Amino acid sequence: MSFSLTLTLNGAQRDIVLDDPRVTLLDLLRDRIGLPGTKKGCDRGQCGACTVLLNGKRVNACLALAVTLDGAEITTIEGLADGDTLHPVQDAFIEADGFQCGYCTPGQIMSAVGLIAEGRAGDDPERIREGMSGNICRCAAYHGITKAVQEATRRMDAATKGDAA
Amino acid sequence: MSVAKPLPHDAAPLHVTGQARYVDDIPLPVGALHLAFGLSTIARGRILSMDLEPVRSAPGVVCVMTSEDLPFANDVSPSAHDEPLLSDGSVHYVGQPLFLVAATSHMAARKAVRLAVVDYAEETPILTIEEALAADSRFEEGPRVYGRGDVPAALARAPRTVSGRFEIGGQEHFYLESQAAIALPQEGGDVIVGSSTQHPTEIQHKVAEALGVPMHSVRVETRRMGGGFGGKESQGNALAVACALVARATGRAASMRYDRDDDMVITGKRHDFRIDYAAGFDDDGRLLAVDVTHYTRCGWGMDLSLPVADRAMLHADNAYWIPEIRITSHRLKTNMQSATAFRGFGGPQGMIGMERIMDHVAHDLGLDPVELRRLNYYPSAQAVSEDASGGRISAKMKALTPYGQVVEDFDLHEMTEALLASSDYAGRKAAVAAWNAANPVIKKGIAFAPVKFGISFTLTHLNQAGALVHVYQDGSIHLNHGGTEMGQGLFQKVAQVAASRFGVGMEAVKITATDTAKVPNTSATAASSGSDLNGMAVKAACDTIRERMAAYLAQVYQADVTDVHFADGHVTVGTERMSFAEAAGKAYAGRISLSATGFYKTPKVDWDRIKGDGRPFFYFAYGASVTEVAIDTLTGENRILRADILHDAGASLNPALDIGQIEGAYVQGAGWLTTEELVWDDKGRLRTHAPSTYKIPACSDRPDVFNVALWDGENREDTIYRSKAVGEPPFMLGMSAYLALSDAVAACGAGYPALNAPATAEEIWRAIGGMGDEL
Ligand code: FES
Ligand code: FES
Repeated sequence: MSFSLTLTLNGAQRDIVLDDPRVTLLDLLRDRIGLPGTKKGCDRGQCGACTVLLNGKRVNACLALAVTLDGAEITTIEGLADGDTLHPVQDAFIEADGFQCGYCTPGQIMSAVGLIAEGRAGDDPERIREGMSGNICRCAAYHGITKAVQEATRRMDAATKGDAA
Repeated sequence: MSVAKPLPHDAAPLHVTGQARYVDDIPLPVGALHLAFGLSTIARGRILSMDLEPVRSAPGVVCVMTSEDLPFANDVSPSAHDEPLLSDGSVHYVGQPLFLVAATSHMAARKAVRLAVVDYAEETPILTIEEALAADSRFEEGPRVYGRGDVPAALARAPRTVSGRFEIGGQEHFYLESQAAIALPQEGGDVIVGSSTQHPTEIQHKVAEALGVPMHSVRVETRRMGGGFGGKESQGNALAVACALVARATGRAASMRYDRDDDMVITGKRHDFRIDYAAGFDDDGRLLAVDVTHYTRCGWGMDLSLPVADRAMLHADNAYWIPEIRITSHRLKTNMQSATAFRGFGGPQGMIGMERIMDHVAHDLGLDPVELRRLNYYPSAQAVSEDASGGRISAKMKALTPYGQVVEDFDLHEMTEALLASSDYAGRKAAVAAWNAANPVIKKGIAFAPVKFGISFTLTHLNQAGALVHVYQDGSIHLNHGGTEMGQGLFQKVAQVAASRFGVGMEAVKITATDTAKVPNTSATAASSGSDLNGMAVKAACDTIRERMAAYLAQVYQADVTDVHFADGHVTVGTERMSFAEAAGKAYAGRISLSATGFYKTPKVDWDRIKGDGRPFFYFAYGASVTEVAIDTLTGENRILRADILHDAGASLNPALDIGQIEGAYVQGAGWLTTEELVWDDKGRLRTHAPSTYKIPACSDRPDVFNVALWDGENREDTIYRSKAVGEPPFMLGMSAYLALSDAVAACGAGYPALNAPATAEEIWRAIGGMGDEL
C-alpha cells in the first residue's frame, strides 16, 4: 500500500509517495528527500536535535508521522536563509559562537526561531533558557546559545519596529 | 598574527545552515546496505543455539554474519585482543553484539535483528564491587599501588584522623551524534572508511586486521564528530569493522549508525569508582598521611581501563603535598559495558576523592575549607625555582608528587587569591551562613575547588604527531594533521598556527578532514593533547616550507635569509615586497618544493607505570572554581545559583574557543556529579538508556550567574605559542558544584554529610535524612 501527500517544504511544493505509514518526518527529510541538515539525536522526542517548523511552530520531526502532514508547511534549517542572506538567528549563532560540535545547532536554531515567534521569552535570559531547554547541547554551549537568542530577538524586534515606523 | 585571536569555529557558517556534514549525512551510493547488531539479553553465560533463519528471511535482509563468518580477526579491542566484534559463544554483558545484519534500510535491519531466537545457558553475572572482589575478577594480577612512606605508621602517629567511603557514579557520553561509520569498497579489495572517531589510525588498524589486509589497503577519513568526549576513542571500532566486513562480502557500500538506545546499551561509559580513604593531619590542618583505595568497575573488556585507573591514581593528590601517601587501585572485571575513556580519563575520579578528603578534614577541624586547601598546596612555581637549599622540607621536596614528578609550574596560590577576590568568596560565605541561620527549608552552600591536571598521554609513545602542509602556486595552503575535530575547535586553532607561520590570513588556509592516507600512525585525539601535539607538528611543516621559500627568495634578490619576512599576507625580502601568493608563484617557478611533512614528539616525558615513578606529564594545567547552590531540604531539589571560574589556558591560542570549552566542561562536570545517574538492575540491564531516564544538563540548568575568566600566564614549558591544553582540565571545575551541595547538606545537622555522587535530588534528600537532628 502506498500513501501520497503534498507538502510545502522550504517554500517549494513537494509531492510525496510513501510505502510505509510509519515513516517519521525526520526520516523523510534525512533519508528520502536528502536533506540531512535536520539531525537525529535520539529519535524519540527527547533531545530536540530534529526541531523543524511545522506551520510556523517548532516540533520534533522524529515524533511527527509524515503521512499526517498532508498540506503542511515545513521549514528546515536548509530553508531558513534567504539565498545568501542568513536569518538573524543564524547570524547571531555565528557571532555568539553558539556551538562546539555543531550537531545540535540546526535544532537549536529552528527552536530559537520558533521561540521568538511565540513571543513568550523576549530577551530575558532566564525565560530564553527555559524556552530552549528542550534542546540538549551535550557540548553545553548554552551560554552562546542564550546570547544568540537574546541578540537575535533584539534585532528582529528592532527590525519590525523599524518596518512599522 | 592569527594566533591568540578569538575567532569562531572554522565551520560556523556550515553549522548554522545545516551544511556541515557528519558521517551519517554523507550521501551513499546506490545499493548501499544498512547494518544493525543483534544484542545479547543476558549478562553472562553461553549461547546454546542461535536460530537466525527468521532474520535471514526478513524483508530487505541481504546478509547475516556471526563470528563463524569472520575470515580473520574477530576483535575490536584497542589493545588486549579481548573484545570480539561478534560473540564467540560466550556472553559477557547485556547488549553485547552477537550477530550482524545488513539490509536495504536501517529500519529493515533493526526490525530483522529482533527476530532471532537465541537460547542461552545463563550464569550468575558479576556486577557489584563486592561480587568482583569475592570472585577475584579483575584486570592485572592484583591491585596497583603507588606512593611513598609508611602510611599505616604515619596514620597511627597522626594527632587526628578521618576516614570514610565515597561512591562516584559513571557517566554516559551522550555525544549528540551517536556512533556511525560507512565503508566504501574499492578496487583490489581496498576499502575507504568514514568514521565518527577520535582515532582514525586505530580504526584503520582494526579494519585491516579484520579484513586480513595491510594497513595501506584501508583509508580512514574523519571530517568531524558531533561530540566525542572520549566515547569515540575506541567505541567506534565495532561499527567501522562491521561496515568494512559487509562491504568486502557484498561489494556494496555499508553504513551503520547506532540508534540512541543501542548506543547507550552497547558502548562503554565513564568508570564508576568507590573510594575508601583515611587521612591523618595535625591540629592546624596540615596533612601528614593519606591512604586511598580506588575500586573501579571496568566492565567486561580491558579497553582503556588500565591507563584510566592509572590516571585516577596520578590525580589522587590533586593540588596537595602529602608527605606519606598510599594509593591502591583495583581494576575490577564485571559483566557490564566495557567502561572507556571519558573527558578527564580517570583524573576526575581521583581528584574528587582528594577533594572529598579535604572537605572532611576541614569539617572535622571546623576550618574554612579554602584555608585548609591553601595550607596544603604544593609550593608555588617561584618558590620551587628559587629553592637552592636542598633541605629536608625544602620547596623542591614539597613539590614532589607521589609518583616522583616535581611540580614546577604551580600557579594555584595566585589563582586562588584572584578567584576568591573576584567571586567575593568571603562575603558570600558569610551571606550563605546568615541565610542558613534564618531559613529552615531552603539551605545554601558554597564551595571552592582547585584543579591540577597532568598533560600528556601516560603511555609515553603516544605523545607524537604528524602533519602535512602544501602551499599551492597561488599562495593557498592545504592543511592536514592527525588530530580530529569534535567541537573543541582544534582545526581552527591549528589553522591559526599555520596562518601565523606564513603571515597570511585565515582565508588562505584550507582545513581538511583527518585522513590516514595523508598523515599516518597518529594517536587518538585525546588526553587534551590535540593542539599541543598537532599544533607543533604543523608548525614544523610550515617552517620547513617557509625556510625553503626564504632561502630561495634571498638568493634571487641577493639578500640575507634573515632579511626575509612573512607578515600581513606579504613577504618582504630586504627592500622588495610581494604578496604571499607572488612569493609562492616565484618559488614554484624556481622549482622549490612547497610541500612538507612535520613531526613532533613531546620532550621530557618518561614514565614507569608499574613502579609508579617518573615524569608522566610534560606540564600541568590549573583551574579553580567557586560554586554556590541552594537545596530544598524537603525534596532534595537543588539549583546552581552562581559559578565563578578562573582557568589557566597558558597563552591562549584562541580565547573564545577556550572559554567555550571551559563553560561546556564545567556544565558537563557538574552534570556528572549531580544529575547524571546510571542505573543497572540486578540482571545487569542498564535501565537508564535514553535521555528520558538519564538527565543531561539542559539550557535551564546552567547557573544563573556564570563568570569565566582566563588566567593570564604563559606555559612555562615550550608548547605551541606557550599555550596549554584545555579539553579536559576544566571538566573537573564541576567538582565545586558537588562540594557546594555537600556544604548545603552540612547545614542540616552537625555531622559530615554522607553524600555520594551523583548528588541527585534523591541522594541529597537521603543524605539530609542521615544528618540527624537540626543544629
Ligand atoms: S531526534 Fe527528535 S527529539 Fe531527539
Ligand atoms: S554543539 Fe555539540 S551538542 Fe551542541
